[in-house]
Amino acid sequence: MNYLVNNFNVVAELFLQHLQLTLAVIFFSLLIGIPLGLLLARIRWLRGPVMSVLGIIYTIPSLSFFVLLIPIFGLGTRPAIVALTAYAQLLLIRNWLVGLTTIEPAVLEAARGMGLNGWQRFWQIEFPLALPMLLAGIRLVALSSIGIGTIAAFINAGGLGVLLFQGVITANYSKIFTGALAVTVLSFAANYFIRYLEQRAEFRIYGKRI
Amino acid sequence: MDLFLKAFEYYMDNQSFFWNATRQHLVLSSFAMVISLLIALPIGIWIAKRTGIAQVVINVFNAFRVVPSLAILFLALPYLGLGFFPSLIALTVLAFPPVLINTYAGIRGVDAFIIEAAVGMGMTKTQVMSKIEIPLAIPAIVTGIRIASVEVISSATLASFIGGGGLGDFITRGFALYDVPIMLVGAIPVALLALTSESFWSLFLRRYQIPEN
Repeated sequence: MNYLVNNFNVVAELFLQHLQLTLAVIFFSLLIGIPLGLLLARIRWLRGPVMSVLGIIYTIPSLSFFVLLIPIFGLGTRPAIVALTAYAQLLLIRNWLVGLTTIEPAVLEAARGMGLNGWQRFWQIEFPLALPMLLAGIRLVALSSIGIGTIAAFINAGGLGVLLFQGVITANYSKIFTGALAVTVLSFAANYFIRYLEQRAEFRIYGKRI
Repeated sequence: MDLFLKAFEYYMDNQSFFWNATRQHLVLSSFAMVISLLIALPIGIWIAKRTGIAQVVINVFNAFRVVPSLAILFLALPYLGLGFFPSLIALTVLAFPPVLINTYAGIRGVDAFIIEAAVGMGMTKTQVMSKIEIPLAIPAIVTGIRIASVEVISSATLASFIGGGGLGDFITRGFALYDVPIMLVGAIPVALLALTSESFWSLFLRRYQIPEN
């Protein structure tokens, strides 16, 4: 606790770095995951192979993954964002796909009957109905990125993992506590914030909390 | 490719060191899994019948899951110091939530009609548990074990930072010398171990069927 009081600015800066890393991962994984998920929802036979590849990627231990990326991306935030975005695809697409494929066909047919074109159907029907599941996926991505993001400090990606690693190397227990506490606070905050958004999205669909 | 060749050369020159580290890694991971199974399985089965306690326990462990594995491992240091045992305990703790939550969910998920039929056939509570509920919950339990083992094998790499040994030693050593091939000697086998464990349990799940008599 002493460390936190005496070095509040350092901790705050690392906290923001960690948040930035997580937001970057969420951004890039949505950029890839949303179109890929849509593709998988339309083309059924692609699902098996793509999901198993994503499953294999997800299984690779994070420290190994970071090391394997060093020859290509060097050290720093770039390899961290690449690895975390790759992990995120499984969590994101699995949820997004469930959201998209569990929409009742009758609803889509009604939309078609009302004369909505493909884009309108996606934007006005499919997206809002699948949004709660997508947000659940984003929540998992945020939590895993915050967690694994601590390990990324090892390859100089910054963030709260810096406190953990430095604390262990210098046997500064107060620093380890501060790092662990800050990263746990960030995880809980992200969890509750995104869960709140999920409830809002559900409320928009069903008109009540479920 | 050059990097991989150099990594292979390093492996050839340090075979005994490599196999020692691999053994440590496997011992650390499997001990952690066995201990956490010995504790988490009975608790999971026990709380499955006690909804009140279960809600509390499950919520606590779900919240606990949010704490990053690196933080759990490094927090062992102030309390338990450096070395094999602190790493073992941290990894055991890490394997806890998936096993416990899946065991609970698996037993809770058994169809009430099946249990009723079993009771109707005159089975005692213990018989229902051992002959009906646990066998039917095996797929869920094994899924928990699968998730936990991959997590433990991955995190055992981090044990190197708190002196727990294992294949992570190559990664820390390679990083200290900024020698990528040495890091690969640790990184590639760990990845293979994780993938092997994942496929082993997936195969087991696919093969597992309830015997039909």
